[in-house]
Amino acid sequence: MATASTRNRPLSPHLQIWRWGPHMFVSILHRLTGDGMAFAGLGVLLWWLGALAGGPKSYETFAWAMTTPVGYIVLVGISWAFFTHMMSGLRHFALDVGAGFELNTNRFWSILSPILGVALTAAFWALLLLR
Amino acid sequence: MGNGTSIGRVRGLGSAKTGAHHWLLQRFTAIGNLLLVLWLAVSLVLLPDFGYASVAEWIARPIPATAMALLVVSTFWHARLGLQVLIEDYVHEHGNKFACIAALNLAAFAGAAFGVFCVVRLALGAHA
Repeated sequence: MATASTRNRPLSPHLQIWRWGPHMFVSILHRLTGDGMAFAGLGVLLWWLGALAGGPKSYETFAWAMTTPVGYIVLVGISWAFFTHMMSGLRHFALDVGAGFELNTNRFWSILSPILGVALTAAFWALLLLR
Repeated sequence: MGNGTSIGRVRGLGSAKTGAHHWLLQRFTAIGNLLLVLWLAVSLVLLPDFGYASVAEWIARPIPATAMALLVVSTFWHARLGLQVLIEDYVHEHGNKFACIAALNLAAFAGAAFGVFCVVRLALGAHA
């Protein structure tokens, strides 16, 4: 594969070449929140289900851990990651059908997606805490 | 992979021929996640409290139990596809890549199986 003729081929330009734009930020955020949820989110989900299946005592341990300051940071982080990934994922669905590639439209939704993610996270916790 | 003819040097280096399938599954499971996790978020808001009795009683009901089992499968499947792309992007050495994807498959199947088992156990009245 890496013969003398192919080894010294130039690599395609990466992050350090391009001028930064919101579309790069939202793309990186999509991977970050997705892979973050794959570990932290699914880990907490399994802990929650396992604690429920284990009975009241194990559930008590889970409930204690999740109501510590670190627990709240983890839960808020997971919910933020979900809503942010959801908004950038919906943006991907639009891009998948070929829409939203015009420079201004692309820029608009790249900026709005993560903002809506934060807004939905705030709304979710407001509903949880104020009910 | 041979070193002789032109075709021998490139054979096997192209796409794995399943890229479109992977891409589509990522979208299908994304739609599943969208519906199921939003259902979970709404359900959490509607729960009277997060005490053991309330949550266990809720999750043992047929529809929440079914939706939660589907949520576990859909999210683990989607995460497995996404992490595979992460590995393929950053782990270039063939042996390491194979080991990472093998470990990912084990973790994804084990996690999903554990989650579904817990839901079934609750639904069939573990502590009722």
